[in-house]
Amino acid sequence: MENLMKRVSELSAQNLYACYQCGKCSGGCPSVWQMDILPNEVIRLLQIGQSNDALNSETIWICASCFTCSVRCPRGIDLARIMEALRQIQLRKNIDRVEIKRISSEQMAKLPQIALVGNFRKGTA
Amino acid sequence: MRILYYPGCTLKTTAKNFEESAIAALRVLDVELVELKRWNCCGTVYSLASDDLIHKLAPVRNLIRVKEEGGSRVLTLCSMCYNTLKRANSFFREDKEAGEKMNQFMDREENYTGDVEVLHILELLRDEVGFAAISQKVQAALGQLRVAPYYGCLLLRPREIAIDDPENPTLLERLFASLGIEAVDFPYRNECCGAYQTVDQVDLVVERTYKMVNMARNNGANLIATSCPLCQFNLETRQEDVQDKYADFVQMPVVYFTQIMGAALGVREKELRFDLNRYQASELIYGR
Repeated sequence: MENLMKRVSELSAQNLYACYQCGKCSGGCPSVWQMDILPNEVIRLLQIGQSNDALNSETIWICASCFTCSVRCPRGIDLARIMEALRQIQLRKNIDRVEIKRISSEQMAKLPQIALVGNFRKGTA
Repeated sequence: MRILYYPGCTLKTTAKNFEESAIAALRVLDVELVELKRWNCCGTVYSLASDDLIHKLAPVRNLIRVKEEGGSRVLTLCSMCYNTLKRANSFFREDKEAGEKMNQFMDREENYTGDVEVLHILELLRDEVGFAAISQKVQAALGQLRVAPYYGCLLLRPREIAIDDPENPTLLERLFASLGIEAVDFPYRNECCGAYQTVDQVDLVVERTYKMVNMARNNGANLIATSCPLCQFNLETRQEDVQDKYADFVQMPVVYFTQIMGAALGVREKELRFDLNRYQASELIYGR
């Protein structure tokens, strides 16, 4: 568990202990209503050694890297990078989050490339 | 003024109305966009993992193309291209060790040093063309428009690459003012549209579009102006899905700010490609 915490710190290049749980990230997150745990809870779980709960949350996949929390954090933590680190740890096990074959051809035809490339970059190994 | 221009994939396909209207409007302002002879994907989303250099190569290669053509700066229209190119460039400049590694990997390219300036069209309009000059070129009075300006995320965040105040941007509002067009207060103007989640989590985007369009209308807007082809898709095309979910929903046209700018500057309607917009804004703009 310690190792996982260390891995997230390395991949995100963020000091997770800098967070004092003010909740400003969660308060301003535009997608928080779809998340199973709050962004500040993701950090808390990492701090207290329950990294697996953070890793297995829906939250890390709902985050679309809009950087709202990153510009607002009073402790200067770039949360978007923490979410990316957690996604990367999962994707590097070679498990896809997004199943490309389940996207209908009708949707494929109308979606802009930036949507598709962005989605596959964030959700596939 | 001539400036090298990096279009990116989407401006050549689903966002032709953005590219064509921008080129036409800039021509009126004596700015000529010179498209890079060679370019590749920008990577779309900037890689955030500290050990991930491979995904930063695509944007950097485009900056090398700029140097090859003798340029020192490059203009982008798409917000995602702006963000990836700008961030990759800063990264290259700041992390010398990583830069060296990337240069070694790209052994068939000239060594890059991070010295290309990445500009967004809105910065060019504000800082080089100037709002006063834009104001003098206005041909059509569009006082009937009440525009909700929408910035999205990637022009404003993270702070290091922001073209304006990330929390309280005014650039689009000032541009519209210079065109004699009223911009309404639109608190969602810098909130995420759901971005690429539109591929596999459509409902997330549907909910955001529903909220945003309703907010724009409640604040008196009759039109939304975007600057990003992905926001444009989510706010406009996803309105169909919103309508399937919410029977009370009323659609609103969503156009690129360059289309409105072009109309105000007297560009011919045909060149602004309103035909590619789902909900016709022509009636609102041209009164027919």
